[in-house]
Amino acid sequence: MRRYVIIGNGTAAVGCVEGIRSVDKTGEITIISEENHAVYSRPLISYYLEGKTDLERMKYRGDSFYADNGCKVLFGKRAALLDAEKKQVVLDDQTTLPYDKVCVAAGSRPFVPPFEGLETVENKFSFMTLDDALALEKALNERSKVLIVGAGLIGLKCAEGICGRVKSITVCDLADRVLSSILDFDCAAVAQKHLEENGIRFLLGDTAVRFEGNRACMKSGKVEEFDVLVLAVGVRANTELVKNAGGEVNRGIAVNPKMETSLPDVFAAGDCTEGYDSSLGANRVLAILPNAYLQGQTAGGNMAGGNVAFENAIPMNSIGFFGFHIMSAGTYDGERIEERTEKAIKRFFVKDGFLKGFILLGETERAGIYTSLIREKTPLDTVNFDLMKKVASNLIYSQEKRRKKFGDVV
Amino acid sequence: MKRVYVNEEWCLGCHLCEYNCAFANSGMKNMAMALKDQAIFPRIHVEGDDKITFAVSCRHCSDPICVKSCIAGAISKQNGVVKINREKCVGCLTCVLVCPYGALAPGKDGAMQKCELCLENACGSPACVAGCPNNAIVYEERGNEK
Repeated sequence: MRRYVIIGNGTAAVGCVEGIRSVDKTGEITIISEENHAVYSRPLISYYLEGKTDLERMKYRGDSFYADNGCKVLFGKRAALLDAEKKQVVLDDQTTLPYDKVCVAAGSRPFVPPFEGLETVENKFSFMTLDDALALEKALNERSKVLIVGAGLIGLKCAEGICGRVKSITVCDLADRVLSSILDFDCAAVAQKHLEENGIRFLLGDTAVRFEGNRACMKSGKVEEFDVLVLAVGVRANTELVKNAGGEVNRGIAVNPKMETSLPDVFAAGDCTEGYDSSLGANRVLAILPNAYLQGQTAGGNMAGGNVAFENAIPMNSIGFFGFHIMSAGTYDGERIEERTEKAIKRFFVKDGFLKGFILLGETERAGIYTSLIREKTPLDTVNFDLMKKVASNLIYSQEKRRKKFGDVV
Repeated sequence: MKRVYVNEEWCLGCHLCEYNCAFANSGMKNMAMALKDQAIFPRIHVEGDDKITFAVSCRHCSDPICVKSCIAGAISKQNGVVKINREKCVGCLTCVLVCPYGALAPGKDGAMQKCELCLENACGSPACVAGCPNNAIVYEERGNEK
């Protein structure tokens, strides 16, 4: 009987379990979970603080998931060492777990720059895990003045989540715009305006350089007073286990489309990896939930002796703030083609006759039709591009293609 | 398994499927009471132009990307049917971003909804198909998949 070890207990781990079980119903699966929680939907922590979900509904899988899949979960344990030669994982309590195949699904961790005086701040939080959210929740009240460092996806979702619970929220970022990883300058300005209309204040192109208790000294020389500090500067992939075992690591653990690392019988999946972005034609960290599941499932299938590859990964994000939706996908490379209405902006990036990426603000209906053009590398001369720019519709396809899509098993 | 398939050359663009869907999923017994003067949120929609029209609903894909992409773990496939647990949905629209068919949309309350083939409402089989006057959508077994 094969012994599988999965390091991590998030979305990639679930994908891995389900991938293994699609091939091997009986092998022994051991999951190492640093957090003392059954798998939950991490991106929902801001919705939890907003009151749109609760701990029960945040469960990513049902209560019987581990039992149904024959998984042993070691809660509150950390993998300290991966020994790829002896084929074993050593835990922080020195327990040794031998494996036939291992999947590193260790995720990422908040990146905290070395701020001077950070130790003098009493109420400081990261915003990544459920425990982070629960700890932050305890510190907040209707008089709280919150300073969030980082105007990216994490910082802004945090702002939205706690907005109704606090007196004020200021978000600062060294970047000149909000959501700089997914939006260009003028799209970011639209998003920022919307957030400001909902009471969020911004200090952009400026960041905290020093803390003195409840005061943040900014790069610009300004001083910001706060009582709760949230650090959402960025994340770093947890690559150390593979790196220390001699495996190839860049910004994430290097994996091929089968999710194999450079080490034999060691697979990796999720936010800790750097996989192939088919819209870019190169590897990069794609720290998004769908990717984590798909990578995990691919790893699991191959660990169990199957032969599967995940070759059409692309970055994609759907994010909403106070009812205003933003979607983005792919790479912003090539000719920029824009459609604008009073309420919406659609930006498409076209290169060599293919859709490479898009940004949608305000109007997102059926956007998956656009995403599929990128993922499936559909030549744009086979679709009605003029119509496509205006509206995402299956009418853009030829009748023959539509017959396949809606007349066949897909 | 049986799915809803489209014969677009037969579609009249009458939108009856949308009304039958909204009624079937309203849980109400009287169609006029359920739909009159209401904005409807059907799980099937008619697309097209002045020449061609067709109805779009969930394909219940063999390998559904919405299930794998849902950040809340709210979408699952059970006995071949792709279902959404609307209690878990937070309305992030990631499923809209990934569905290649444009088959998911929010309901009145903001949580997503999708075609679940009327298997669990009072109809027992797709109301859109039952009410289509021209067989432009059919509910049948096709292909080799079980």
